[in-house]
Amino acid sequence: METQTIKNQEKAANVTERISGSEAIVRCLIAEDVKIIYGYPGGAIMPVYDELYKYQDKIHHVLTRHEQGATHSAQGFARISGKVGVAIATSGPGATNLVTGLADAQIDSTPMVCITGQVPSHLLGSDAFQETDIVGISTPVTKWNCQVTRAADIPAALAKAFYIARSGRPGPVLVDITKDAQFEEFDFCYEKCTKVRSYVPIPKTVAGSLEAAAKLINAAKKPLIVWGQGVVLSVAETQFKAFVEKAGIPAAWTILGASALPTSHNLNVGMLGMHGNYAPNKLTNECDVLIAIGMRFDDRVTGKLDEYARQAKVIHFEIDPAEIDKNVKTDVAVLGDAKATLEAILPLINTNSHKEWHQQFKDLYEIEYEKVIKGDLYPTKEGLTMGEVIKEINIQSKGDAAIVTDVGQHQMIACRYAEFNKTKSNITSGGLGTMGFGLPAAIGAKMAAPDREVVSISGDGGYQMTIQELGTIFQQKAAVKIVVLNNDFLGMVRQWQQLFFEKRYASTEMVNPNFVAIAEGYYIKAKKVTKREELAGAVKEMMESKEAYFLEVCVEKEGNVFPMVPSGASVSEIRLA
Amino acid sequence: MNKEKQLFTISVYTENNIGLLNRISAIFQRRHINIESLNISPSEIEGVAKFTIVVNMTEENVKKIIGQIEKQVEVIKAYYHNDEETIYQISGLFKIKSKLLFEEPQIQNIVKESNARIVTVNKDFFVLEKSGKKEEVVALYNQLSVFGIMQYTRSGRVAITKEEMKISELLETYNN
Repeated sequence: METQTIKNQEKAANVTERISGSEAIVRCLIAEDVKIIYGYPGGAIMPVYDELYKYQDKIHHVLTRHEQGATHSAQGFARISGKVGVAIATSGPGATNLVTGLADAQIDSTPMVCITGQVPSHLLGSDAFQETDIVGISTPVTKWNCQVTRAADIPAALAKAFYIARSGRPGPVLVDITKDAQFEEFDFCYEKCTKVRSYVPIPKTVAGSLEAAAKLINAAKKPLIVWGQGVVLSVAETQFKAFVEKAGIPAAWTILGASALPTSHNLNVGMLGMHGNYAPNKLTNECDVLIAIGMRFDDRVTGKLDEYARQAKVIHFEIDPAEIDKNVKTDVAVLGDAKATLEAILPLINTNSHKEWHQQFKDLYEIEYEKVIKGDLYPTKEGLTMGEVIKEINIQSKGDAAIVTDVGQHQMIACRYAEFNKTKSNITSGGLGTMGFGLPAAIGAKMAAPDREVVSISGDGGYQMTIQELGTIFQQKAAVKIVVLNNDFLGMVRQWQQLFFEKRYASTEMVNPNFVAIAEGYYIKAKKVTKREELAGAVKEMMESKEAYFLEVCVEKEGNVFPMVPSGASVSEIRLA
Repeated sequence: MNKEKQLFTISVYTENNIGLLNRISAIFQRRHINIESLNISPSEIEGVAKFTIVVNMTEENVKKIIGQIEKQVEVIKAYYHNDEETIYQISGLFKIKSKLLFEEPQIQNIVKESNARIVTVNKDFFVLEKSGKKEEVVALYNQLSVFGIMQYTRSGRVAITKEEMKISELLETYNN
C-alpha cells in the first residue's frame, strides 16, 4: 500500500508542467522532502523567495540573522536528524558568508545543500553588482558544486546535489543559480538521482579483509576500538554495540563519535585526543590491535604520528578510500559502510571479555579521577568550574539532552563530562573548530527534533560571534536552552598562552557586555549565576522552561582543561596538570 | 616503497565538466605540490576527458594524491606511473627569423640532426616543431638560442602507459 502511494507520487512528479526556474527550485526541495530551510534573501535570489512565499505551507523558511547562521543551523538540523540540511542565500556577500559553514560541513562530513542566487548569466564575469565567483571560492570546501544558467538544468542539478550530499561519506554541496535561470520558464519534471556514473559512494569491501580483521581481533590480547562519526553517519549504532559487546573490547571515541555508545556503557572508556581521557590516550600506545571505525586519525586525536600506536596492528573500517593510510599505516583496511561491515564481521568474532586489559583502563581512570575529574566536578575552591555546570545539566537532563557546543575550553569540558544516553546527542564543530557554530547549530537541532531537549553551551567568545541568532530564536520561538560559560577570556587561547607563551595574555581578555540584558532585549528569559549555591536551582529552572532560556554562568577566570596532550607530543605524554 | 622523490605521470579520467580543472589543481595547491606539467585532452572514450599531470614527489605521497583525486565526484579513475612504465612525449615550437636559415647554415644541420620539422616558412620567419623527450626539446632550444629565437613554447607531457588502463571495463561496471 505504502509502496503504491510512493509510486503514484513519483508518477505524478514525472508529469511535466510549465513553470519558472525559481518555482522549480522550490518544487525540487519539496520532492526531496525538505520541510525546513535556513536562509537570507537578497537581490539575486528574490525570485526563489517569491516562490517560497507561495509555498510557505509546504516549506518553512527560517530567516537567520546572518548567512553563516543559516549554514550552521542547517548543519545542526542535519547532525541531529541525519537528513540533508538546506541553506539558501543571495549572490556576492550572501554567498561568501556561507563559506565557513561549508568548510565546517566538509571537514565534519555533514550533508548540506546550499543554494545561492547569482547575477544574470549575461553579466557573469563583468564584475556586476553582488557578483562573486562562489563556485570557484567554494570548490575546496564542497564535496561537489556547480553553476546553473538554464532553468531546464535546475531539476537535474538539485537532484544530483541531494544525492551527493547524503550518499557515501556525506558532505556539503553548493548549487549556484543565475537569476535569469530562475525567471526562465520550462517544462518541469523531477526525477530523483540514484547514481552518478563517475562516483562510487560506498566502496566494495575487499575480499578477505573481514576475515583478516577478525583473525587479528580474535588473536588480540590488548585490543582497543577507536570510533568516530562514521558509526553515526551510517546509522550503525546497534551493530557497533553488538560488536563491542561480543568482542569485549574497550572502546574510545573522537568527539564527533561521542554518543554513538551510551556514556554509561561499561566498555565505553572515554574520549580520545588532546583533551580526552587519560586511559585511552595512554593505552593507545600499549594496545596490540587498534580497531579504528569511521574515524580519520585527525592530528588532535593522534598527537605525534611517529609515536602513535607504533606497536599495534591497525584495522581501519572506513567508507572513504582516501582515508586509508593517509595518516596512520593500516594493516587491514575494511572498506565499506560501517553498518554493513560491522554486521558482516560479527559472526566471525569470538566472544571475549579482556578483563585484565580492561582493568588497566579502570586503574588509569582512577588516577584521572583523583587528579582532574574530582576537582572539575566537585570543586571545593571558591570559583565555579565549567565541569560542575555540565554535571548539573546531566542531573537535570538525565543524559537525554542533545548538547550543542561551540569551540574552546567549554567544548572540551562539555564533551568530557556530558552524559549521553542517545545517539546524535553531541553536536559540535570538531574538524574546523568554528567559534560561533554552537548557537545557530542549536536552532537547527531544536527545529529538527522539537521533542528533544537541546542545550547550547558556548563560551563568552564564540557566543558573541553569532550572538545575533538570538533574533532567530525569538522569531522562531525555538525553545533552545542557551548556556554561556563566561570566564571573560578566550579561555583556550589563554590556557595555551599560560602554558606555552609564558603567560603573555595577548588579546585574550574580554570586556563583556551585559549578556542577560542582551538576551532580554530579544525577549528571552535570562539569568546570571555567580555563586555555587545558585547553580543547581538556575539549571533546573532553565531545563524546566518551556521556552528559550538564557543562562550565564560566571566561572573561574583562569581555569584550565586537563588532561592535555601538548601540541606535537605523543598521546602517551598526556599531562594531568 | 621508494621514499625518494621522482617524476610520476598521473593520468586522470574524468567527466568533461566546467570547474573540474579547478578542483583537481586545488588538490595540489593545498599540499604545496608544484605541477611540472599539465595536459587535458579527450581520451579514447567518447565524452571522457583525460588529465595528464607530471609531478615530482615520493611514491607514498603520490598514492595519497591519487586517493584525493579519485574522491572527486566527477573523476572516474586516476592512475600513477613512473617514466619506465610510460611512453611519453612533449612538443616544442620555435619561431626563428627566416634570414638566419641562409646566414647561419649550421641551423639547417641542427634541424636535420634533431629530427625537427619545419611547420611553416615565410619571408620573415619559420617555425620549427620538435617532439620527443623534454631533454631533447631543451637540447634543441639550447642549440638554437645562440642564434636568437623569436618565440619558444613547450607543451605539457602526453603519455600512454605500457600496461592496460582498464577504464572502459570500469565504466561498463559503473553503467550497470
